[in-house]
Amino acid sequence: MSLLIRPKDLQKELVEELNEWSERSLIKCMDCGLCSSSCHSGRRTSLSVRRVLRLARLGYRGLLDMKELWMCTTCYACYDRCPRKVNTVDVIIKLRNMAFKEGRALEPHKRVAKLFAEHGHAVPISDEVRALRKDLGLPELPPTVHAYPEALAEVKKIVEKTGFTNLI
Amino acid sequence: MGMTYAFFLGCIMPNRYPGIEVATRRVSQAMGIELIDMPGASCCPAPGVIRSFDLMTWMIVAARNLLIAEQLKAPLAVVCNGCYASLKEAAELLKERPEYLSKVNEVLVDVTGKKYRGTTEVVHLCYEIYEKLGVEKIKGLVKRPFSAAVAVHYGCHILRPARKGRIDDPEEPKFLDQLVEALGAKSVYYKDKLMCCGAGGGVRSGLIDVALDYTQEKVLNAKRAGAECIVNICPFCHLQFDRGQGEIESKRGVKLDLPVLHWMQMAALSFGLATPREVGLHAQVISTDPLLKKLGFS
Repeated sequence: MSLLIRPKDLQKELVEELNEWSERSLIKCMDCGLCSSSCHSGRRTSLSVRRVLRLARLGYRGLLDMKELWMCTTCYACYDRCPRKVNTVDVIIKLRNMAFKEGRALEPHKRVAKLFAEHGHAVPISDEVRALRKDLGLPELPPTVHAYPEALAEVKKIVEKTGFTNLI
Repeated sequence: MGMTYAFFLGCIMPNRYPGIEVATRRVSQAMGIELIDMPGASCCPAPGVIRSFDLMTWMIVAARNLLIAEQLKAPLAVVCNGCYASLKEAAELLKERPEYLSKVNEVLVDVTGKKYRGTTEVVHLCYEIYEKLGVEKIKGLVKRPFSAAVAVHYGCHILRPARKGRIDDPEEPKFLDQLVEALGAKSVYYKDKLMCCGAGGGVRSGLIDVALDYTQEKVLNAKRAGAECIVNICPFCHLQFDRGQGEIESKRGVKLDLPVLHWMQMAALSFGLATPREVGLHAQVISTDPLLKKLGFS
């Protein structure tokens, strides 16, 4: 990513929104880097939580396009170790929400979102597992939305009402 | 005793590894735990993906699941760290933030005709067994000790965010080590024992190679410490280790072959409640046969 940051790339509203969702902890960050040194992902990827937080405090909109945003496994090691009690993972999740809303999520993620909106399960059943369930003495369909169409209809109504269906 | 729970299945267990569901039902029955089904429950929804996409959708669908348990008047029990993370966080938010609860209920009342009161307690069944019944009770039920060297994998979301009150000590947890040792195994210490499996946060679906880097490293660490299998308490970690090793072999030509068991499958075998086939081990990617033969289970 380019680190050339121009004033027009910075938004105060972005900082405020992220700070609010993080229980007003984002602005407590003192840039110590303990998050990055605790990061399971950062040891093997280009994710630097410290840099994400720094750019977030600047209100840098380019964050929404950074692939690194999707490299966090949400292990919460940085969250628990942060000496300033910054809700690090909450900031990342909120940024992802903003990216998703603007259609900038990764393609495979859009597919997962569709599965969820359509079946009420992010990982729906397959023919192979239906057969396996039967073989193991379980009902072919689990007693979830899979077996209750009226329950699935409820979930579908929820995702429609929140606008989720439109986003995908 | 009266241990009764609303049994939340989630997605991966019933739809990918149903053997874990069989094991959980049998182990619970043997331990005097009553599991009530939650008709019409959905995806928790997955904290790594759905929560990353739209917080409001995530919260309302989670609340709908919590509402089903509330109406059954039982704490909601999971055997998946992902479901635990999602439902626990949603339950806490809805309990502590009345503004979210009323926002969520606007939609819930409209869609389901019912209101969530915010009372559902979320627990992980493996930890409930450890805490409420204890290792001595487990030891007493063992018919055939699982006498192998085991690498335990806690998974992230049972331990963290510890700042919001999760289970055990996140830097030095012990309950899963004790749970496998109660079944006759030896828990081996290995490098980066508390490392993530790599699947969480949408990384498995979004960036599979990153996820596999984690898995490859962690499985190798476990093998180097002499582990004969890896034992988890999360079907998503379970899937990542089992399918992930298959993907590592086909994509990278690296053969690791470390068998993967959910603690419930391990307990069902040790308690003599099921054959390996009955808890679905024959359908897993990495064969458990050589190990289970050696231990006398098949």
